Amino acid sequence: MKVNVRINGVTYERDVEPRTLLAYFIREACGLTGTHVGCDTSSCGCCVVVMDGTTAVKSCTMFAAQADGHEILTVEGLAQGGTLHPIQQAFWDQHGLQCGYCTPGMMLTSYALLKQNASPSEGDIREGLSGNLCRCTGYNNIVKAVQQAAETLRQPAPSGPAGQ
Amino acid sequence: MIPAAFDYVRARSIDEALAHLQQHGSEARILAGGQSLIPAMRFRLARPSVLVDINPARELDSMTMDGVLTIGATVRDSAIERAAWIGELRWSLLHEMSRVVADPVIRQMATVVGSLCHNDPAGDWTTAALASRAELVIRGPAGERTVPIDDFLVDSFTTAVAEGEMAIAARFPVPDDRTAGSYQKVERKVGDFATASAAVQVSLAPDGTIRQAGVAIAAAGPCALRVSEVEALLTGQKPTADLIRAAADATSARSEPQADLRGSVEYKKHLAGVLVTRGLRHALARLGVQA
Repeated sequence: MKVNVRINGVTYERDVEPRTLLAYFIREACGLTGTHVGCDTSSCGCCVVVMDGTTAVKSCTMFAAQADGHEILTVEGLAQGGTLHPIQQAFWDQHGLQCGYCTPGMMLTSYALLKQNASPSEGDIREGLSGNLCRCTGYNNIVKAVQQAAETLRQPAPSGPAGQ
Repeated sequence: MIPAAFDYVRARSIDEALAHLQQHGSEARILAGGQSLIPAMRFRLARPSVLVDINPARELDSMTMDGVLTIGATVRDSAIERAAWIGELRWSLLHEMSRVVADPVIRQMATVVGSLCHNDPAGDWTTAALASRAELVIRGPAGERTVPIDDFLVDSFTTAVAEGEMAIAARFPVPDDRTAGSYQKVERKVGDFATASAAVQVSLAPDGTIRQAGVAIAAAGPCALRVSEVEALLTGQKPTADLIRAAADATSARSEPQADLRGSVEYKKHLAGVLVTRGLRHALARLGVQA
């Protein structure tokens, strides 16, 4: 079947089987391998992408057909013109990653979290990220990164590509 | 694993969905949030040959409060925890429960009605629906019928929805303002099914006695279980520590869990009683009663 998804502002039309999961559509049919597959059973959150601007979804547990006609944001769509997104910059600054495998999912879940709640408490952040597993960091630096990103994003955007 | 191959059709209305179900019979399954169905398909526990995606049916994506709370079949779990009214005392059972179903990302896709239709023995929504005395609206070729949750939950992963029918909404009666509840869940990690959980909802009469009680437990039998003995025990009584202790003992006795990697039978039976105790204390405390 024909599936048409707008990923990071680019339209991808691909002919795939209905059973194609969104994670594999993104990685294999569209060649965007920044979206990782970890547990493949919706437990770990490595595969999280943002749908229609504000909704974080686990792309291993959704069919590509369900994303037909929708907008998807993946980790490749965060940086603009060579400038890291404030969330990426914050993960860098706060050492919010070690091996990096969970990081795309962590950042996209954080992106949706901050879209829905611009000033989350530490508890809100920990709860919001509770569906994303990290086996390296112990989470503290990830939480600090999201706090830094929230602060940056709350400030009026300077002239330049950073921000949204 | 990748699911077995299937045909995918979209339904833009309830009528279209019913037409697809009519055409494909028991081979067809409804796809709403997919958060239980897709994992089941990936493990090849489910192999439907046709999936009817009801997400395009806008009429199912509505939640209304009109003497009764009606939740359409594609309303996501996340809509409940974000609802404007969810902080009201009367909704405290659903409020607490809505924050511990699966994890926050899964709740963006998972649906209330889908969870009820999945009818997992350890389901959170089925347990809360029993304590809330919810009912399901089922539509089929012969028309529409409303089924109390007790009759809806037939057996593990089996509901009263017959071939050719679909559940289009769940209805929760709006509790009065002397009603409060609590949802107590023990899980190994965020997003896991309950090792044990208890849903409690208590309404007080003007004289301070318990006018009505809803008590249900999860992972304690083939389906979420209404503990009717405990509801009867509580009704008409003044809440006291002794009463709560009796309720806990009766719950433990009634619980019929299975031993698995989450715990032994003895542990889970004990836990069911502990969680009902905590649930009753929390619900009563919300109504200003210490017991």
